[in-house]
Amino acid sequence: MSWSVDPAVSAMQGVAAPPRRNGELVFEAPWQGRAFGMALAVVQKLGLDWSAFQQRLIAAIAAAPEAPYYESWVAALESLLLDHGVMTAEELRAALARNHI
Amino acid sequence: MSEHDHDHDDEGAHHPAPLSPVERRARALEELLAEKGLLAEGFVDSVVQAYERDIGPMNGARVVARAWTDAAYRQRLLADGTTAIAELGFGGPEGEHIVVVANTPSLHNVVVCTLCSCYPWPVLGLPPAWYKSPAYRARMVREPRVLLREMGLDLPADVELRVWDSSAEIRYFVLPERPPGTEAMGEEQLAALVTRDAMIGTARP
Repeated sequence: MSWSVDPAVSAMQGVAAPPRRNGELVFEAPWQGRAFGMALAVVQKLGLDWSAFQQRLIAAIAAAPEAPYYESWVAALESLLLDHGVMTAEELRAALARNHI
Repeated sequence: MSEHDHDHDDEGAHHPAPLSPVERRARALEELLAEKGLLAEGFVDSVVQAYERDIGPMNGARVVARAWTDAAYRQRLLADGTTAIAELGFGGPEGEHIVVVANTPSLHNVVVCTLCSCYPWPVLGLPPAWYKSPAYRARMVREPRVLLREMGLDLPADVELRVWDSSAEIRYFVLPERPPGTEAMGEEQLAALVTRDAMIGTARP
């Protein structure tokens, strides 16, 4: 499995810029790193441009400006997966229910 | 967030640390993606590791992109690297005395730290493993053109090569040349072209 770092991810600025410390990405908990990695994996697997995710991230932040960054990230990932037919709303509901959401 | 567990849901009561809702949400997505074969075992881990390792240099890339698009900034950057870099909000330990050296069509710069691994990390993140290796540190002084060629950068013979030895007092940072054909690009697009290695001088953007 090969893939490379997408410079478009590093170049995200403004509200979409991920939290950093001294230029390094900061994940406050492991799930944040996993959510980050999932979005990258999915965008690559689907052959999309990074902007497909970035636009949804900006929209998710705009919809809930007070939410922590990686909560918006997860919301953006959900919307990307639904819009591209990777999963149905039904499947998402079932998976959330299994995890007590 | 409170230290106390106010979760009244008995389902979660037996877990040592109940997962937050967003954490469960992320886990649900990960399960689904794995079921659908979109996430191979270990794939997410390797993506995260690579980004933690490689994304640091984006600060430096923004400095370079600004210098490419703003001649006055370029001048300030070459006159006083640390101060000009601080204008963009980057600074801190190991970035106190950054000297920026600019490539031109007839001059190429490359940085090494022969003594240890001094590195301008506010702009470049953590140094790559090879930068710290004894082979790089010795050969970049002894046979820089050969080493650069091995690293994938074949410099024309008529391009002068300068090797800068970083130290705790002065940390060098290479300002690469703006690639041809990028006249229409904005700062953000330009920054995406600038790699860590181009700012060390072992590659060109």
